[in-house]
Amino acid sequence: MTDAAFDVVVIGAGHNGLACASYLARGGRKVLVLEAADRPGGLAATREFAAGFRVSAAAHLLTMLDAGVARDLGLEGHGLEFAARNLKTVALADNGERVVFEDGAIGGVSAKDQAAFAEFRRQNRRFAKVLAGFCSRPSPRLVDRRKSDTLALARLAWDVRSLGRADMRELLRVGAINIYDVAQEKFESALLKAAVSMDAVLGSHMGPRSPNTVYSYLHRHMNDDAGAAGPAVVKGGMGALGEAFAAAAEAAGAEVRYGSRAVRIDLSEPSSNEACRAAGVTLADGTRIETGLVVSNADLKTTFRMVGPLNLDAGFVRRVHSFRARGVTAKLHLALDGLPEFHGGDAGDAGARLLLASSMDDIESAFDHAKYGRFSPVPVMEISIPTVYDASLAPDGKQVLSALVQYAPYDLKEGWDAGRETFKAICLQRLEAVAPGIGESVRASELLTPPDLEAEFGVRGGHWHHGEIALDQALFTRPVPGANRYATPVRGLYLCGASSHPGGGILGLAGRNAARAVLAGEDSG
Amino acid sequence: MKPHSEVRLLDTPFGSRVRDACEVHQWEDWKGYLTAAAYEDVELEYFAVRNATGVFDLSPMTKYRITGPDAQAFLNRVMTRNVRRLAPGRVGYTVWCNDAGMVLDDGTLFHLAEGEYRLCAQERCLDWLQWSALGLDVAIADETADVAALAVQGPTSCATLRAMGLDGLERLKPFGIARFPFDGGELLVSRTGFTGDLGYELWMAPDHAEALWDSLFDAGRDRLIRPMGTAALELARIEAGFIQAGVDFVPAEQVLRHGRGRSPFELGLGWLVDFGKGHFTGRNALLKEKENGSRYRFVRLDVDGNKPAEESFILDKSANVVGHVTSAAWCASAKRNLALASLEMPWGRPEDDLFAEIYYSREQRWTRLETRCTVMRGPAWDPPRRRQTPPADF
Ligand SMILES: Cc1cc2nc3c(=O)[nH]c(=O)nc-3n(C[C@H](O)[C@H](O)[C@H](O)COP(=O)(O)OP(=O)(O)OC[C@H]3O[C@@H](n4cnc5c(N)ncnc54)[C@H](O)[C@@H]3O)c2cc1C
Repeated sequence: MTDAAFDVVVIGAGHNGLACASYLARGGRKVLVLEAADRPGGLAATREFAAGFRVSAAAHLLTMLDAGVARDLGLEGHGLEFAARNLKTVALADNGERVVFEDGAIGGVSAKDQAAFAEFRRQNRRFAKVLAGFCSRPSPRLVDRRKSDTLALARLAWDVRSLGRADMRELLRVGAINIYDVAQEKFESALLKAAVSMDAVLGSHMGPRSPNTVYSYLHRHMNDDAGAAGPAVVKGGMGALGEAFAAAAEAAGAEVRYGSRAVRIDLSEPSSNEACRAAGVTLADGTRIETGLVVSNADLKTTFRMVGPLNLDAGFVRRVHSFRARGVTAKLHLALDGLPEFHGGDAGDAGARLLLASSMDDIESAFDHAKYGRFSPVPVMEISIPTVYDASLAPDGKQVLSALVQYAPYDLKEGWDAGRETFKAICLQRLEAVAPGIGESVRASELLTPPDLEAEFGVRGGHWHHGEIALDQALFTRPVPGANRYATPVRGLYLCGASSHPGGGILGLAGRNAARAVLAGEDSG
Repeated sequence: MKPHSEVRLLDTPFGSRVRDACEVHQWEDWKGYLTAAAYEDVELEYFAVRNATGVFDLSPMTKYRITGPDAQAFLNRVMTRNVRRLAPGRVGYTVWCNDAGMVLDDGTLFHLAEGEYRLCAQERCLDWLQWSALGLDVAIADETADVAALAVQGPTSCATLRAMGLDGLERLKPFGIARFPFDGGELLVSRTGFTGDLGYELWMAPDHAEALWDSLFDAGRDRLIRPMGTAALELARIEAGFIQAGVDFVPAEQVLRHGRGRSPFELGLGWLVDFGKGHFTGRNALLKEKENGSRYRFVRLDVDGNKPAEESFILDKSANVVGHVTSAAWCASAKRNLALASLEMPWGRPEDDLFAEIYYSREQRWTRLETRCTVMRGPAWDPPRRRQTPPADF
């Protein structure tokens, strides 16, 4: 150990970095959090995008936050307030047809579909619970197992067995296949199938027919069993959640410094008989902070770029390099004069989580374009109008619309400088079709493409999960072998962000699990 | 080019001469090239190396040209030894490992000119090198087919090459590199080889290959030059105690079963590992191994009797298996029955009582021997002429 002023330096004050810092500080460590931005929260951010209009700039709906983390950190005591909870989800088709998900039930479909959906939901809640159990712990080592790993595997096997014969078989059958086949098999309504698929593909470079989309669906619904019947809107925008995490970390004794971009993770001088270890962090302004332990909330690639390839084994560098992390989700923000009216709907729709995708084939064709470096000519969207519940975000009587738009590939062939305005116009056109007149009430608009998200939030690729959540990059191997249990090949350097198990979404588990690994002194060997 | 179906194996640049010289048609596939296992008689070829000059066509050997501002940093990252210490004009024997510290291959690294290198290896490993180059300014080109190469080995090799016109070659020290004009091109000569004897390797552009072969055999005729195949080379390298990838260890990239690879320490190559030079691939794993101990020890064994201990188990006094032989041969110049073996730790100490379990048959009668083995301290064949500069003239 060094005689440094801080036992641990956490790079990044995203919600995971802050959760990690809180647990570490509670564990008695002196913790410093370094954040490049001038505010906490990372992708959980609120900012002004037009005079007087504020919006959750990246994540906009809270669906997954781990209840245990929220409780441990006392987020509500640190200022987290909800403007609305248990939002209903409304899937809107171009023809005005609607399917409504509310309190676990659905409307707008046949009785057969209702029953099928009830069964689908029952089963998935059970699957998700197994997954949630697995995600609340570091994933066990498969090779060179220790006793704790064998126990963790036994526990997983037990959880799977406990599903009973029928559900277990179903999990093993669908666990690695695509949501298209499963939805096709279970439901009649094209719109229902599309809505289920949206949950599987949001944030990922995947279409409904991509492998592993059942897994990504389950990932998203991991905490369903524990919590809410629908997403929540955070009062003051998602940035308020980031602030609550920061307040919790500070209350636990951690220090958070903003405007402090780390550029290098310093290593100990290699002596002839010791492995290099993390020795400190150098900031963009040249300041060097010494510490024996560094935890990175930055994504995998950003983190190891700060270490430098020559300080790492070639096989590991290659895995980091090959980690798929190219975002396909753009963020559209509109400042509106009034509430849009969605066709075929009722007034309540504006406050719902709205899904714009008429059929699985529509989603798949939208995705096809992304495969070849083009944006979707008919994009799919998840829309939230937070001002329905939180007037503080806009001037009196005005509204803010926030939409996740797919597919907007990170490496657009023509380049986003050329494509941005066209794609924005396409998005507005798409909205106009379901909310006639909306165009006229737009006072200002903003489209954040994956490269924009990368630049603003420091996430390489601008990816929702800091990296695809496909099976080869999930569970046992997330993000990559050698760093799949928070510890990394560099002694004293840990990961705590969405790149690591269990992945992205505002969840807090990566941060908490990482803190446990640090406190237990785990290494990657 | 011939239609696909007719060409099963490629000719090396010496193909026409090799085909002519190979009287017994014992052919092998070496990395896709037609290669002579023997030309005439394995023993004659082996004795040529030890008593005159043997010539081996090593063109199929993998060769990479490594250049660029980061070439040295790159190689230092790949290799376990300190490449900074390899001066221009010098060749170094080296190994490289994967992240787990398991040997991918061994080979020779030529520092051709400041910042310009050639890596010669048994296995093809361009993918591994490319991955190792991520983030570095280095160019790696596979020049396997662009360089014709001959090993010219044995006590009269220097004299033969001088007779061919390589004036001053006698001043070239072991592991040194020299250049000579030849046939309107440049002939690169290194004092290196795989026989443990005086010897050189010649490197040249393929269009001069036939001229080179012809001049060499003309110059060597009175010095009893002979082409040699892989079988004779195998005898010579076992006698010299050199290991071979794919024979004495499984290259780490080819290992399927967890734990079957070998580290440099486990191959007796710990002297090639420099922990003080900074990070290199496998360093952490090898440090850990140094701390916790290796699993295996690689030894040269002097086996009693004259029956080669090929593929033998090595037993302790109580007939427990403690290891196995990876290469073995009766070696005529050393006059010893030699074996290379991988033993479980802690076996292989000089005082250990070890036995090779040898099976052989004479006219359908099988005999099983448990033959005493002695752990050797050094190689069985290491004549002073290997290092002597200038070498004796003939
Ligand atoms: C467009 C978009 C929409 C999303 N929508 C939702 C949603 O609606 N609901 C949901 O649950 N999830 C959503 N997500 C996913 C979710 O936002 C993220 O997975 C999650 O916020 C990641 O949290 P994190 O703490 O791991 O990392 P981040 O929030 O990315 O935090 C990392 C922090 O590290 C900092 N940092 C990076 N490098 C450095 C450095 N060198 N020095 C100092 N600081 C550094 C960054 O500035 C940042 O603050 C969305 C993601 C995107 C991209």
